[in-house]
Amino acid sequence: MPEIVVPIGPHHPALKEPVNFKVIADGELIVRLELDISYNHRGIEKAAESRDFIKVVPLLERVCGICSHSHTTTFVKGIEEAMKLTIPKRAQYLRTVVAELERMHSHLLWLGVAAHEIGFNTLFMWTWRDREAVQDSLEELTGNRVNYGINEVGGVRRDISDREAVRVLDRLPLLEDRIAKYREMVAHEPTTLARFRGVGRLTRTEALSYGTVGPTARASGVEYDIRRDDPYLAYEEMPWEIVTDTHGDVFGRTLVRIGELLESLKIVRYGLENMPGGPVKVPAPRGGPRAEILSRYEAPRGELAHFMRTNNTDKVERLDIRTPTLANWTSVAVSLVGQNLADIPVVVAAIDPCLSCTSRVTIVDREERETKTLTWEELRDHGKRFYREKRGV
Amino acid sequence: MMDPALLLLYVLVFPGLLFLVGYGFLLQFVDRKLAARMQARVGPPLLQPFADFVKMLAKETITPTGVKRADFDWAPLLAFAAVATAFMYVPVIGLSPFAFQGDLILVLYLLTVPSIVLFLLGWLSRNIFATLGGVRAITQLFIYEVPFFLALLAPAIMAGSWSISVIVAWQASHPWFALLQPIGFVVALIGLQAKLERTPFDIPEAETEIVAGPWTELTGRRLALMHLTMDIALVAGSALVAALFLGGPLLPWTIEPAWLAGLAGFGLFLAKTLAILLVLTSLRMAMGRVRIDQLNDFGWKYLASAAILQVFVVLAMNAWWAP
Repeated sequence: MPEIVVPIGPHHPALKEPVNFKVIADGELIVRLELDISYNHRGIEKAAESRDFIKVVPLLERVCGICSHSHTTTFVKGIEEAMKLTIPKRAQYLRTVVAELERMHSHLLWLGVAAHEIGFNTLFMWTWRDREAVQDSLEELTGNRVNYGINEVGGVRRDISDREAVRVLDRLPLLEDRIAKYREMVAHEPTTLARFRGVGRLTRTEALSYGTVGPTARASGVEYDIRRDDPYLAYEEMPWEIVTDTHGDVFGRTLVRIGELLESLKIVRYGLENMPGGPVKVPAPRGGPRAEILSRYEAPRGELAHFMRTNNTDKVERLDIRTPTLANWTSVAVSLVGQNLADIPVVVAAIDPCLSCTSRVTIVDREERETKTLTWEELRDHGKRFYREKRGV
Repeated sequence: MMDPALLLLYVLVFPGLLFLVGYGFLLQFVDRKLAARMQARVGPPLLQPFADFVKMLAKETITPTGVKRADFDWAPLLAFAAVATAFMYVPVIGLSPFAFQGDLILVLYLLTVPSIVLFLLGWLSRNIFATLGGVRAITQLFIYEVPFFLALLAPAIMAGSWSISVIVAWQASHPWFALLQPIGFVVALIGLQAKLERTPFDIPEAETEIVAGPWTELTGRRLALMHLTMDIALVAGSALVAALFLGGPLLPWTIEPAWLAGLAGFGLFLAKTLAILLVLTSLRMAMGRVRIDQLNDFGWKYLASAAILQVFVVLAMNAWWAP
């Protein structure tokens, strides 16, 4: 068969959000792959600059539908660092518990999506059913299923009662049971093994050189987890271990995520059982001093970084969000070359892409009626020109 | 031979076209309901497949640019006609009145037509997903068809006839072929699953990979007809396997009067096809989709070898045991 171009996206059943792969295939084999992102620019960073610290938190919650708590925690953590606030222990614990419940719901969702990509819909339906238990727990603790709205600068907005904690704890044994069952299923079901093993392989060196983060990196044997390497919230006090794997393929990423589900469960259990007393917030000043903060966070998909510059006002002067999906994209394009066309969905899904978080820069030219994205060189030139003209650097 | 009027009734109403379509809808419902319950979902109501069909008939048919309208119209019809014809030779209440020496081969060839039509549709669509799906459909055809044919020919060798009805009659006085040829039975079930393009063999229409494969450009009544074809192919395929391996609608002893025998035969037909559907649905729910290269390995290394082994065993049994 001659080489054919298969357009995957921006609209395609395998993709829940828009991205475009131009796949050049020789029959069923992938020869080359061109990646085009940024179909989903929403101008959140710019919008964040015009809102004060109270109003910007709900906005950042909407960067991503799944890691909503990750984004707000990263932001408030950075601002609190700039303000030199010490957050009460109970608030730290509450944030950690919600963060780990979020990781559980994200990983369970991922397991279902990965199963769906290989046509294993039963596993998909089952994991999503069990994910409901996590969602219900989150709803009881925070009042919401998706955008929890629990963070604010200075602590958390809502305290929990002992009864709520017990109800969440009661759900954990069932979840533990189900997760163990899924680990068993994935490790033994022949079609899953056939589709996951040896697919989308990344060696440790490749994983490092393409800058992968999160479960993608950990599945290639890179022991890197912000929760341990740059501890925040209450992670230093929690009993947990980094889950790594040496398979380096989709199978390894699955094992890492299932392992992390169990670790998260341990953290949630410990956090709820040993929740310290006391207040859940401290009063925070309206404005922040002049500071530049890089706040890092281990989101379900990997390292999430918010860079913020405050300038003696109640707004951030600049907020830059680097999401884990952006860090992992290039590894997808590399690990797909030489693979089968049928492997695209599952390899793409294996990094758990979250595109609405990732799309950042789109240039819309109203005169010329065209939309384009900047190349790296153009962006660099623009940056240099901007600082030379506006700042005199 | 039967009365011409009765014969027409047989072809058009029962157990011909009307029954076939109705039972196709019922099997689709049972399949979907079972699948839903296995996945902890509610599942569709009884008449949902019929409602889907009627709704799709009413929808606009879109012909892609550069495709001859007539080609797109006749292709689903051809597939439907082929499967409906094949069903005429499969025993339902008693033996088929059209039975002749060699009808097994005719039925096998007619049941291959939908796959070839899917390939044609994919090729005609001038759409990259449809073309890929069509190529996959024809590749898959070459993988499963040989073991499937071999597995279904083994009963014919043992019964000494190429007629499905004679094979069914043979089983009335002997053990079922499912017991005599267990390997062949398993190969036939796997082959049937692959023929109907159900998970783990839904490679040609893999939704997450190539949208809907050859089905991508089908709309309105063409899509409705093609879905219906797959439904009745499920009926014809499971009825064929039931006839060849599970003794079809015949009982080992004679029942009087004739209408009671017919009724009992029909009950057996329903029970056996539903049992086969249960196996196929469980298989569909318990697995993910394999890749075409993996299917190639599996089909030629294991499935074909198993089918050939079964044929050798049958030849050896014929030589020494001669039932």
